[in-house]
Amino acid sequence: TGEAEAARAAMGGSASLLPRELLREYQELTFLSKQEILLAYKRFSELLPKEERENACSARVPKSQILTLPELRANPFQHQICRVFSTSDNGDHSMSFEDFLDMLSVFSDSATSDVKSHYAFRIFDFDDDGTLDRKDLEKLVNCLTGQGEESRLSNAEMEQLIQNILEESDIDKDGTINLSEFQHVVSRSPDFARYSVLQ
Amino acid sequence: EVFLPEETRGAAPVDFLQQLPSYQSALRRRATGGTQERRAAPQGPAGLLAAEGHRPQQEGDEVTARPAREYPLTIAEKRRLRDCQQADIKYLSGWKQWKRTSSKSLKKVLSELKELSSYLELWRHDIHSIEGKFGTGIQSYFSFLRFLVLLNFIIFILMFSLVTLPSIISKYGMFNSSFAKIPPKNIEPHCTVYEPSGNKGLVYFYTYLKDLLSGTGFLEVTVLFYGYYTIDAEWIGIHKYNLPLAYLLATFAYLALSLIWIIKRSVGGFKQNLVHNEDPFQSYCNKVFAGWDFCITDPNAARLKHRSLQYELQVNLEEERLKRKEADRTMKEKLCIYFLRIFINIIVIAVLSGCFYSIYRATVFSQENSNVSIRHDGISNTNFQANLLVQYLPSMVITLANFIAPQIFSFLIRFEDYSPAFEIRLTLMRCVFVRLANIGVLLFSLWSQISYCATDKCNACGYNYELYPCWESEVGQEMYKLMIFDFIIILAVFLFVDFPRKLLVTHCSCKPVQWCGLQEFGISDNVLEIIYGQTICWIGTFFSPLLPAIATIKYFIIFYIKKISLIHTRKPAARPIRASSSNFFFLVVLLIGLVLAFIPLGISIAHIPSSKACGPFRNFNTSWAVVPHTIDGFPTRLRQVLYGIASEAFAVPFFMVICLVMFYFIALAGAHKRVVEQLREQLVMVRFDPLFCTPKI
Repeated sequence: TGEAEAARAAMGGSASLLPRELLREYQELTFLSKQEILLAYKRFSELLPKEERENACSARVPKSQILTLPELRANPFQHQICRVFSTSDNGDHSMSFEDFLDMLSVFSDSATSDVKSHYAFRIFDFDDDGTLDRKDLEKLVNCLTGQGEESRLSNAEMEQLIQNILEESDIDKDGTINLSEFQHVVSRSPDFARYSVLQ
Repeated sequence: EVFLPEETRGAAPVDFLQQLPSYQSALRRRATGGTQERRAAPQGPAGLLAAEGHRPQQEGDEVTARPAREYPLTIAEKRRLRDCQQADIKYLSGWKQWKRTSSKSLKKVLSELKELSSYLELWRHDIHSIEGKFGTGIQSYFSFLRFLVLLNFIIFILMFSLVTLPSIISKYGMFNSSFAKIPPKNIEPHCTVYEPSGNKGLVYFYTYLKDLLSGTGFLEVTVLFYGYYTIDAEWIGIHKYNLPLAYLLATFAYLALSLIWIIKRSVGGFKQNLVHNEDPFQSYCNKVFAGWDFCITDPNAARLKHRSLQYELQVNLEEERLKRKEADRTMKEKLCIYFLRIFINIIVIAVLSGCFYSIYRATVFSQENSNVSIRHDGISNTNFQANLLVQYLPSMVITLANFIAPQIFSFLIRFEDYSPAFEIRLTLMRCVFVRLANIGVLLFSLWSQISYCATDKCNACGYNYELYPCWESEVGQEMYKLMIFDFIIILAVFLFVDFPRKLLVTHCSCKPVQWCGLQEFGISDNVLEIIYGQTICWIGTFFSPLLPAIATIKYFIIFYIKKISLIHTRKPAARPIRASSSNFFFLVVLLIGLVLAFIPLGISIAHIPSSKACGPFRNFNTSWAVVPHTIDGFPTRLRQVLYGIASEAFAVPFFMVICLVMFYFIALAGAHKRVVEQLREQLVMVRFDPLFCTPKI
């Protein structure tokens, strides 16, 4: 219908809504509430160029656009997060709407600590080999203290820190932290439950 | 069968326990078709299920499958898993199917309710935006403030509905109600004389202002203070309402409510780790794996967070190196340091005694020279400002002491040579002690005035009836003044210190001003401030039932003051405390405040004779005496049971049973600890055992 299209184009193109069965399904499959899913849909469509907003559900947003979101803009793990949650086949780490929802669901308040720790492990695993070895830990600490030469720890301090971390979390003493050890140490960590992102 | 080829992430080492013979025999004893069901499930998602290896689905009549969303998979894969699970349901019996669907719909209903209730949360959007800009450390302060607003509001509702409302109803004769003032028996008549000088005749306008600020005059005879509730028996309709008992029970109820709510909140946020010795807040893993605050959206805040993380890690590593050096200290150095520490502690005690003594003198001076003693001489138009100053002298001295003492403590602690983390904790503990003890000293000096008896006539009443015919109202007025003054100071600091400082820093570019800079938003100082106010409220509510309402309004306004101050006139602290440990710290200090509030209340209620001229406890020796009196009125059986519970014959065996239970749990914790240590050793050994090694791909 031509007039409906014109009206929608006049309103700016964000008038298309999520179909109700899809909304219910997303509520069941993620930890997000109905309001949060609708808000996520709105924000996702804003990242798309106007022509693609009609079928936002099947569109993919390139990584550079995702990184403009305020939650990710200031996050030192932004590249890792895009890599972990993206399901794109050609390695460009673009995200579909479902990937976006997955990301928000894992970082929401009601996600179980199991799920959070699983994804946190994958985010911290920079070389994607299934364990956190010394190189991964070193990159992790550098991400935390900030980019730039003056914000890095000295070599001696880094050694001491990694030694302490492995002492606390490496149960089988093989020099790396695997998923079970990570989940075990993180379950006792009182700050980990606050891994959440506001909308 | 435990190590499936689909396993990609190395979860292997823990599963070897399932191969232990003892475990296998336990499985066989619980023999069910559980393991067969697992094999029957289709390969794809179930392979992932097995690969997680978290909760092996062995025993039990039902497959304890988790809902699809709790699996760390993409939405497409979760969809497939959910379809598989639904296909599985067909294999279950009708009863189990119904159970599954009903639990699912129940969960849906609960989540809808939770969503609705989150809209009712006060200040949800404000606190979220503060979290985004300043991080979770500062956000925890504002959440704490919100908690106190709610707590005070609930306490106000409790006291109002149980005490104030019935009194108002019966005094005004609504709903066919009436009240009776029974003249006290066996009491000397001079004890019962009480004429509060509510303003009669023509008075200057400023008298109203003075009365508002100090709770005297027209305020003294209102619902605000204890003196209004001079009711001995009440009838609402045809039912008798025992106001004295209600007053006392409402007091106990609000104390118990506060205690339970605080404990519930502190336990919910903190997982006590009894098995492992280390302090969970200080562990490096906590700092590194849970270090980044994912709520930060502002790049400036992110930069600050990076710097504070770097600083924190460096400080902790430094501390560890120092600790190793400390172990190498010689005997002579150790003696030197201990001697220095003892000396500094003596100085701290001297400072504290100085504070306490000055508060005592100020209170005594204020009581002697304020309107109380002048009342009888009939001089009513004393100098307005001087009188107000004298009335507020204790509050001013306390505020001064609360300001100076922490500065002295943080100066002294540098000489004691502790590790930085311990320094912060010890200074905080000393500041907490100073603030709470000051209130105690004020109350103690008030009581010493009230119970000072020189004549026989005075001894007959039990308290100084001339100066304090209604001493509970006096104490209530002191608490009221403390609360008002506290609020005035917070407002004054905001208007006359923060804003001028901000204007100076932004418009004047000379070096000393820029070096001073803006003040930091010190979380611990602000928290101690509001806990101090809350302790006053808890103590004062018995003497002034409407005080929680004033506290609610006060904290409500303070939220907005602090929010504006934070956003416009303060810079965030360079070394913020972590959110989780700060939450726990706030609640622990609040709990200390509550426990310290029990002491003065307990002494007032149970030890000091209640005033015979006003209040609901005129006919009793002490306020507590109403409880035994009521119990005496119960039927004989019930009375015997209650006396039995309070007797030694019950208390001693009860105490022994509690001790036994405690010893059992301690033994259990010790046994668990030993098992965990053994398992850790076994895990290390297993790595070298060729039978259990998984080939790493």
